[in-house]
Amino acid sequence: MNDRPLRRTVVTGIGVVAPGGVTRKAFWTLLSDGRTATRRISLFDASTFRSRVAAECDFDPAEAGLSAKDCRRSDRYVQFGLAAAAEAMAESGLEPTEELLNRMGVVMGSAVGGTTALEQEYVVVSDAGRDWLVDGDYAGPFLYQALVPSSLAADIAVRYGVHGPVQVISTGCTSGIDSIGYAHQLIQDGEADVVIAGASDSPLSPVTAASFDAIKATTPDNHDPEHASRPFDRDRNGFVLGEGAAVLILEELGHALARDAPIYCEVTGYASRSNGFHMTGLRPDGAEMSLAIAECMRQAKLNPTDISYICAHGSGTRQNDRHETAAFKRSLGNAAYGIPVSSIKSMVGHSLGAIGAIEMAACALAIDTSVVPPTANWSHRDPECDLDYVPRIAREQAVDVALSVGSGFGGFQSAMVFRKFKGVRQ
Amino acid sequence: MSVADHWATVTQGKSMLKEISLFDASNCATRIAGEVPDFDITGRVDGRLVVQTDRWTWMAFVAAEQALRDCGIDASVIDPYQLSVVLASSSGGNQFGQKELQRLWSQPARTVGAYQSIAWFYAATVGQLSIRHQAKGHSSVLVSESAGGLDSIGHAVRTIQRGASIVLAGGLEAPLSPYALACQMRSGRMSTGDDPGSAYRPFDANASGYVPGEGGAVIVVEDLEHARERGARIYATIGGWGSTHDGSHDGTDSRQYARALRLALERAHLEPGDVDLFIPDALGVPEMDRSEADAINDVFGAHGVALSSHKSLTGRMYQGGSALDVVTAVQAIQEQVLPGTSGLDRAADGIALKFVPTTTKSTVDNVQIGARGFGGYNSSVVVRRYEQGAGR
Repeated sequence: MNDRPLRRTVVTGIGVVAPGGVTRKAFWTLLSDGRTATRRISLFDASTFRSRVAAECDFDPAEAGLSAKDCRRSDRYVQFGLAAAAEAMAESGLEPTEELLNRMGVVMGSAVGGTTALEQEYVVVSDAGRDWLVDGDYAGPFLYQALVPSSLAADIAVRYGVHGPVQVISTGCTSGIDSIGYAHQLIQDGEADVVIAGASDSPLSPVTAASFDAIKATTPDNHDPEHASRPFDRDRNGFVLGEGAAVLILEELGHALARDAPIYCEVTGYASRSNGFHMTGLRPDGAEMSLAIAECMRQAKLNPTDISYICAHGSGTRQNDRHETAAFKRSLGNAAYGIPVSSIKSMVGHSLGAIGAIEMAACALAIDTSVVPPTANWSHRDPECDLDYVPRIAREQAVDVALSVGSGFGGFQSAMVFRKFKGVRQ
Repeated sequence: MSVADHWATVTQGKSMLKEISLFDASNCATRIAGEVPDFDITGRVDGRLVVQTDRWTWMAFVAAEQALRDCGIDASVIDPYQLSVVLASSSGGNQFGQKELQRLWSQPARTVGAYQSIAWFYAATVGQLSIRHQAKGHSSVLVSESAGGLDSIGHAVRTIQRGASIVLAGGLEAPLSPYALACQMRSGRMSTGDDPGSAYRPFDANASGYVPGEGGAVIVVEDLEHARERGARIYATIGGWGSTHDGSHDGTDSRQYARALRLALERAHLEPGDVDLFIPDALGVPEMDRSEADAINDVFGAHGVALSSHKSLTGRMYQGGSALDVVTAVQAIQEQVLPGTSGLDRAADGIALKFVPTTTKSTVDNVQIGARGFGGYNSSVVVRRYEQGAGR
């Protein structure tokens, strides 16, 4: 392993658009209260689908500062991204000079990008699926932006006049961790000093619902939407789709200190591995996720007992929660039993690529406020999921080190560690 | 459908553009494209895998297998955690996605097949390759439209610096389905010319937009020491890369593109005068060609740089195109040949560049590639000749 001296990355701003609360504060209040934002799908007619519940954002673009032109040009997921970026930038207090803009990047994750808009336009140009040879004359003016998810980072870069490296990372459900990880590496290697990093997805549309229905990945529990997402519970039976975005301002430590910036925490580890096993299946041993966690811990120079909190992937599918629990035990040993583990997907659903960034925002806020968010709806112990899942009620406790993991279609397994910043010497 | 085929296309200036045959495009504004001739996945991978994946992934299966065979590594004997896949992606599994959308919307049952969830999304190809070749190291999927093929090279180097031995980099694109083509039309940058010979003419006085193409490349990027230890044939080294963003949408401002070119040269510790060949983005949209020419002239100055573009032969493959340009660069170094530029009769007013008129033997030590992605992305990679026994 090549141990070059690497620069350090800190988090100096957070913006969130999440179900149950647009803005960082509303999001954190929801989680601290252990309330759930899952409900019957209202964004489209879901009556024919197996799973008809989701965690939707009550997002008002105008309230989020977006213009009518922004709304025409940008899909819902890009609007989320712009709104989260605006909140994070405002909090960071950055007023970039031309010189800084050259050293500033944007790295955003998205699993399905403009799928929702692509489907809506498809219905028109194909005459509701009747024509294979579609009539492009009926397509909207910004359809190309919907086809290529690079639009997400580009639109944010344009908003702030960013001139450094800009990228979209699309590794399915680990996109959010992987985009923040990519941004962290840009800072470590000196390719950028500040990066607007996060992820956004708005996948709530018929084609997404049908896709997950087809493989029974989402829950069929439509009778009680508020309690439909039950990660780690014995009776869990699939995830609840969500939507949203989170953006973190990542900044090189020296740069942040020089301008006396507010520092939430330090990014001290990031790693990902692929399971090389199956596009959707997970081997029960959690080997690759465990290796990603171990590599994170090595980078962060931490022992398992140093971890205060694990923000789990906890999607609420039978196999994920078992796989993940095994990975924690495999990588952390007996220490895993003493660490609070929770899944915020119990409250805000699974927003595919976005959720990883939303979970990293939760880790930063947990460190900042000394609150561990709970796993809502957890009530029955599963013998295969036997860790401390922080049932239903948040805990007030100091959080020095937060670990978060993600697992996604394609076999991607990612892990990231945030640590409370206590000064230049660790 | 091999490096040799592509090199023949480039050096002989053989146009692969023709009327679209994958579907009836006679009612589309763009009717010309670059298709991979006689592409057939049957028998190349397990039949079950064929039905679970899109044409875009099929092309990656073929390219990755060729690349791994060529590099002489038996993927089954190396540590799977030392093997990574970092590819660029733009529009995902188009043909597959459109079929499933049609099924969903045209039938009362409103369902899609079980493989829609794993075939359409942008990470499908990388996921499939990591399974097929047991690549269990850090993998990623980069989306920066046409700049992505070059960005994947930069990220491959980052990944190697963090411990990987081998990274499959590059990207492929299969943008020729009826709906995907309709989407591309809305970029406002595509040519509507009917004549395959003249529809895509970057930098030419008659430039009128680009013609899409399908394909791309997978490139084995390897840790130098690892390659030396196993006695690998080393084609070239990655000298440097650079990425910037315009910070605006229209792409006519050349300054940030010029800065990306300079960043790549700086990282490679090279001066502009060291570059023997430049392979441009060559969009074929007059104002974009002009701003690309401005950026090149800004960096290379009055002395200029030998410049050669081949996208007019294959069509624009988005991130696949910039990945393929890396292959062209490596071949130019291997063969010590400057391939002639294609699609140019008479340069447009205001475009003063040193185009390579015909394929010629020459010393080629350093090749720089430029690429620009829709929405303001600029990237560059410098590929260098590898000197046996030289230090890093």
